[in-house]
This record gives sequence, C-alpha cells and structure tokens, in this order.
Amino acid sequence: MGVSDAPAIALRGVVKRFGPITAVAGLDLEVPPGICLGLLGPNGAGKSTTMRMLTAQAIADEGSIEVLGWKLPAESKQARAEMGVVPQLDNLDVELTCRQILTVFARLYRVEPAERPAAVQRALQIANLTERAETRVDLLSGGMRRRLLIARGLVHRPRLVLLDEPTVGLDPQIRQELWSLIGALRAEGTTVLMSTHYIEEAERLADTVCVMARGLIVARGRPAELVREHAGAQTHEVYGPPARLEELRAQGERAGWAMRRSGPALAIMHAERHDGLLPEGVRRAATLEDAFVALTGEEIE
Amino acid sequence: MSAVVRAGRRRPLHRIEPTAVVGVMSRDATVFTRNWKTTTFSSIVEPTIYLLAFGFGLGALISSIGGLTYKEYVGTGIVAMAVLFSSAFPGLYGTFLKYRFQRTYDAFLAAPVDVDEIVSAEILWIGLRAGVYGNAPLLVAIAFGLHPKPTAVLVPLICFVAGVGWVGFGVAISASAQSIDNFSYITSGVLTPTFLTAGTFFPISNFPPLLRALAYVNPLHHCVALVRDVVVLGVHPWADLGHLAFLVGFALLTWRLAIWRLRVRLID
Repeated sequence: MGVSDAPAIALRGVVKRFGPITAVAGLDLEVPPGICLGLLGPNGAGKSTTMRMLTAQAIADEGSIEVLGWKLPAESKQARAEMGVVPQLDNLDVELTCRQILTVFARLYRVEPAERPAAVQRALQIANLTERAETRVDLLSGGMRRRLLIARGLVHRPRLVLLDEPTVGLDPQIRQELWSLIGALRAEGTTVLMSTHYIEEAERLADTVCVMARGLIVARGRPAELVREHAGAQTHEVYGPPARLEELRAQGERAGWAMRRSGPALAIMHAERHDGLLPEGVRRAATLEDAFVALTGEEIE
Repeated sequence: MSAVVRAGRRRPLHRIEPTAVVGVMSRDATVFTRNWKTTTFSSIVEPTIYLLAFGFGLGALISSIGGLTYKEYVGTGIVAMAVLFSSAFPGLYGTFLKYRFQRTYDAFLAAPVDVDEIVSAEILWIGLRAGVYGNAPLLVAIAFGLHPKPTAVLVPLICFVAGVGWVGFGVAISASAQSIDNFSYITSGVLTPTFLTAGTFFPISNFPPLLRALAYVNPLHHCVALVRDVVVLGVHPWADLGHLAFLVGFALLTWRLAIWRLRVRLID
C-alpha cells in the first residue's frame, strides 16, 4: 500500500485505562485520507482520550496506533510534524499577539525560516485574522481565539488535522463561522478527524460519522446511512401527560418498538413499520439524534 | 482560503532537536519582551537590598573574614543568592503556571516537541537570565568600591551553570507538586536554608561537623566559592575545577530529574 492510499489514522485494539476506569476499551478505527471523520459521542465516551493518544499525550495500554504511516508512540514526533491539532481547551499564550504565536509555532513545526512570514500570513488569512495580527490574545473575542487556535494548527499546512470539540461552548453565530472554516478545509482534501458531541456539527461537516460510547465505536457510516439503518425513515412523536406516555411506553415495549424520550414527547422510531398501530402524534423525518440514542441509549446535544 | 494539502515529509526527527529547543526559547524570549521590567526588578532588587543591608549594616561591625572586607565577602556571596532567586523561583512558579493554568506545554506537545526539549529550553532560557541577573549585586558592590580581578569576567558563566541546576530543581519540584501552596515548604524548608548555609553571609568553616558536611553538598556553596575566587581571592585551579564539576553535575542531575517529573505530569 502506498503512502497516499494508506489510512491517515489506524487504531487497532486500543485500550487506555486511568486507574480503575477504562476510557478507551479496545478501539478499532481507520480514517482514510482526504475525508472528514466525525467522532460523535457524549461526554466521557473516550473521544478526548483518543485524540490525546493520537498526539502521544496519552499512551495506549494495549493495541497499536499509526498516524500518517508513523507508529505511535515511538514515532509520534514525526507524525505531529505532519498534522495540526486544534485542542478543546484554549491554550494560547495570552501575552502574545496573533502573529507572534503563529511565528513561534511555524518554527516549532519546522517551517523553513524563509517561508515563515508567508506561512504566518496565510494562516492569518485562513482564520480571517489578518487585521488582528498585531493584537494581543487577551484582547481577542472568544470566537477570534478559537479561529487563532485553528490557524495555529494549520500554519505548517498539515496533511491531517485533529479537531477536538472545535465549537464547544461557542455561540451559534461563531459556530457557523467555524463550520465554514472547517468546511473549506475539508473541501480542499485535508484529512480531518473531528470529535464532537453536537449532532448537527457531525451531520453538517463529516463525510463519515463514528458513534462512540463507553470507549468503543458502536456504529460507523455516512450520517444518512446511520439514520436509515438505526432509526428508520420516520419518527413518530406522541405528546401527552406523563402517565399516558408511560402506558404507551409499556405497550411499545411489549410490541418491540424502538422508543426514546424526546423532550416532553415519546418518540417512536421506525414509525413507517408501524403504520396504523400508533396513536395520534406528529410524524417527522428520522434524525441522526434518533440513531444516536437508539445506538447508545444516551441523550446528546 | 488557500490550499492546505501537500505531500508528506519523511525526514527523521531526533529526540532533542535544536530547532524545537530554540523554538520554545523563542516563545519565552517573546514573552520576556513584554514583561522584562517586572522580571528584572524582582530578580535584581531583592539581592541588592540584602547586599546593601548586610554590606553596610554588618559590614560596619565586622572588619574582615578570611582576609576579605565584609563588603567583598558579601558582595561576592550574594551573587549566588541572586542566581538562586532568578532561577529556582521561575522554575517553580513559571512551570506550574504553564502546565496547570495556561496549558502552554500541552500546546507544545501537540506540535513536534517532546518533554526533553521543553525542559531543556526552559532550563537554558532561565539559566541565561540567571547568568545576567547574577551579576547585578556584583556591579553594585563594584560601584561601592569592590575591585574585581580580571577573572571576574567568568562570573556570568558560573551564574549560568549554577542557574541551570536550580531551574532544573525548580521544574522537578513544580512538576511533582499538587498545589502551588506546596511551594511554601520548598521556599522555607529548602531554599532559605540553602542560601543561609552557602557561605554567603558567614563562613561555613565554623559550622558543627554535620552541618558543615551538609553545606559542602549544597550546590550554592560551590557557586559562592567559585565566584569569590574569580572575583577577589584568585583562581585555585584544582579546587575551582572541583567546584565547577559539582555545579555541572548538579545541573545534569536536575535536568534529567526535571524531564522525568514533567513527563510523568504531562503524559497520561
């Protein structure tokens, strides 16, 4: 297999424990080059630990990890030279300006000295921060800081980008801005591995979604495929007093319906299979959230 | 947005690469351009106050120690104290802030930088600063009448080597601490006795045997002895090589210790 068609990331049987807690429990995951793969799961599913293992900031207890053809942890430095990382938590130097931060990291990423000014300028443009180049980080808004984190991860034009919960805690407008930025990255063919617990984010940006729960991948596919396979075509939502919904749930369990609570309603999945049997309610297209809950039994944002 | 895809590079990277070390130091130097005034003030003023207080206070009561005036004795001794303050404290507090609150080291570790390189860069950068700040009390003493020998030009180098050892000590302790409050134990229980038993203000030859033995393994004592020799007493080649070897050994030991402790702290 040539370097170009080999998986950008390959994890096989990876286990990571923290004392008595098993954060990652025998994870198998391959990310082909050139796609955006969304790792979707609730908090505590093992996404961030997986991300940290890909940069060798956490070392697997069992299994093997390869990133861009480099074996981890022994060759992690080479792998990190060819990938960019956008962390979940802001770790920018608040005393430095955008340009200073990008210049420091261009050097750390081994960008040749003669190419550094252009690389920094390009990263500033990508993140739409050119006009803020000389602004100190502590004077930037939350959205600008997040864009600077992305610029920092792209300053060396990486082949692979790891995005760990890229829009967590941001308001909807800034989230949209970042989605455009990530979408453009994806359109240009950079391999992206993105962890998220936002359904909409995974649906909008990922070519392939892996649903992660309790340290394992429980399903993998294109968002539409996952919905079709695990939630069907339609979901039927029934509203009513709690006692009525409980009665309906008991009836559904006897009949083998796939159900979940959806806010004040009881949502019955694969509704198209039960036409004529369901009580009055609201029919809607099944969503990735339905599939996620069906797969994991856990609610998600 | 411009294209971000390009062919992969396949060049080997070594365990400690000068580019990474210099890169981390360049971050420190850039931050220093912002806060050099406060850093310099805190590193210079306290030892200088000690120098003036002891030099003029006790100096009026003590005529000489070992053939030196008290001002010469303290003026050379406090160089070591300046080195200690400008290296151990940044190693302790700076490291803690960077890994616990600012998460600066997490950012470096996501790039092609290893813990060995982070520690080496921090130690070299703060050691360089100690090499400069350590001279401040000496310059003050010169202004007040101390006449140094030409070999005094070696003082920055001695301060650098001693400083490297104390930064490593600070980083190792910092990486092992659970809370910033724990540093009070180190300051009161280790650093204060260290500079009081280094021959800074009074000779260690009058100590009881056990305390004297402890003072001889105090790295700061070897810094004091070296500085005193090159500035006022004259070089004693074998003894001074011994002092230098002790400082180099201390630096190497704390460098490895700091790498080990910080790796345990940063890598899960």
